[in-house]
Amino acid sequence: MTRFLLAAALALLPLAAAAQERVLAIGGSVTEIVYMLGEQGRLVGRDTTSSYPPEVEALPDVGYMRALSPEGVLSVSPELILMEAGAGPAETLDTLAGAGVATVTVPDGYSPEGVLAKVRSVAEALGVPEKGEALAADLQAQMQAALVKVAAEDGPAPRVLFILGNSGGRLMGAGTDTAAAAMIALAGGTSAIDSFEGYKALTDEAIAVAAPDVILAMERGEGASHGDDEYLSHPALAQTPAVLGGRVVRMPGSFLLGFGPRTPEAIAALHAALYPGAP
Amino acid sequence: MTAVPYAPLRAPRLAVPAVTTGLALLLAAMACLSLSIGASNLLPWELFTRELNPAERAILLDIRLPRLILGMLVGASLAVSGALMQGLFRNPLADPGLVGVGAGAGLGAVIAIVLGGVMPAAVQAVTGMYMVSLFAFFGGWATTLILYRVASLRGHTSIATMLLAGIVLGALAGAATGILIYLADDNQLRDLTFWGLGSLAGANWVKVWAAAPVLIAGLAAAPFLARGLNAMALGEAVARHLGVPVEAVKRGAILAVAAMTGASVAVSGGIGFVGIVVPHILRLAIGPDHRTLLPAAALFGATLLIGADTFSRIIVAPAELPIGIIMALIGAPVFLWILLARRATMEI
Repeated sequence: MTRFLLAAALALLPLAAAAQERVLAIGGSVTEIVYMLGEQGRLVGRDTTSSYPPEVEALPDVGYMRALSPEGVLSVSPELILMEAGAGPAETLDTLAGAGVATVTVPDGYSPEGVLAKVRSVAEALGVPEKGEALAADLQAQMQAALVKVAAEDGPAPRVLFILGNSGGRLMGAGTDTAAAAMIALAGGTSAIDSFEGYKALTDEAIAVAAPDVILAMERGEGASHGDDEYLSHPALAQTPAVLGGRVVRMPGSFLLGFGPRTPEAIAALHAALYPGAP
Repeated sequence: MTAVPYAPLRAPRLAVPAVTTGLALLLAAMACLSLSIGASNLLPWELFTRELNPAERAILLDIRLPRLILGMLVGASLAVSGALMQGLFRNPLADPGLVGVGAGAGLGAVIAIVLGGVMPAAVQAVTGMYMVSLFAFFGGWATTLILYRVASLRGHTSIATMLLAGIVLGALAGAATGILIYLADDNQLRDLTFWGLGSLAGANWVKVWAAAPVLIAGLAAAPFLARGLNAMALGEAVARHLGVPVEAVKRGAILAVAAMTGASVAVSGGIGFVGIVVPHILRLAIGPDHRTLLPAAALFGATLLIGADTFSRIIVAPAELPIGIIMALIGAPVFLWILLARRATMEI
């Protein structure tokens, strides 16, 4: 596998001779875009949030994107650092700028347009804008196809509660202005909570008022024992339509919330899960 | 019995000059090691033997060097602060947290992290990326001043009142921190978690120039308090009869600790254990005389912190583990081992 990757990397090298060769990708969606552009041969490192596609894990991990250390970043000798918005801390970015490494911050946005802007920004920084346009057009077509199917639904939109996690029985739910709420809306659902912004702990009463038809959660790693029981048997959720109907949907976090190249696929998958009867 | 107002119950185990010299050598060795080890394979003398590219120069001169200096000063300050507090409160469990610096600095940092984005533009422009550090410093400093005012009446500072008021103010700051944590979004929560675990990764020359004067002033003030603290071990009344300016010693110790801990927390976040473990180990080795304990604590604290920092940089390289985790992982078992080995004979 390594040999194959190496061969692939070598094969790609001549294509990008003009631009910076050693690229460090910070942020899961940025890394995915680099792969989708076929420029993975130039990657020399990644951050902890980059775990897709699986082979990316073979690259050195320079730490969590919001707590980067300057020497760790410089140790992979990057010529170009592609960062998702929010990477930091500011002191580290300042030191990196002082060390003469080019950095490009890729804008973030929880919308189909946001994904296309990310793709164009990454492709631009890598010096392959024409590949970026091709990928953006492809993703736009996929996105369009998924959204057309969503628009064709005429039944009432299911109320969806996204649960980020369960700490000691307290459920963290997604409010407005979150990646989860944006995905739910794109896939034809209604976010069950509109009373707060961001992710917050839910009271039992708030859950009763939210009355979700579907519970959406992130897939746990292999070996996690709880499974859906954790929600199906949660006392506060017991009387919600979602639990009565046994409707818990799980998807991998970076797939569902990443707003990267897999987003069209994620919209389609979530749509299919929300409307199980649809063709 | 004449030089030291109170004598240790057992004779010190080790000769003081030997221990101090050993600690100084250990610090020098650790400093060299810290400059030589990191995620990148670079040795300090390559600066003189070959042409380095800008990134390599930056790693040695703008990353490792300020980090080493800051680490030494912070380690020395935290250890000396712990020793001063334990002397002042005549309690081996005392640490700078008792004068409210930790809670206040924590609240300041949380305010900056959560509310930084909605502060007036002028504040944001002036503080820039150092907002968290500045707020932590002023938060810690303000809490200590309030506590000191609360505990002082007619020129006398009551240590007992200070202890109780410190717990109350700590609870209050904790509640305010809790409200802000509730308001925080998940990115801010992650920043808060990392801040609380402590790190020297953000070290740069600006932080060195800002923190060093405060830390060095505190360290320089400490030896002048040593005699007074030795006398106060017998109780405030006895110390006063021995001619010790008790109130001045208290004030000096509290202000020195607030300044040193506040500045340390501001540049490195929450690093625990140094203030407790270092003075204890040294008291067991060279006895409780503050005149030798304080300089030794400075040397040993600096060594321990840069040692832990070096470890934190290489263990998961090129990523790094927060130093607070390393400190507790090393500090807790070592401390427990010492307690178990010495509990029969220990008198602190």
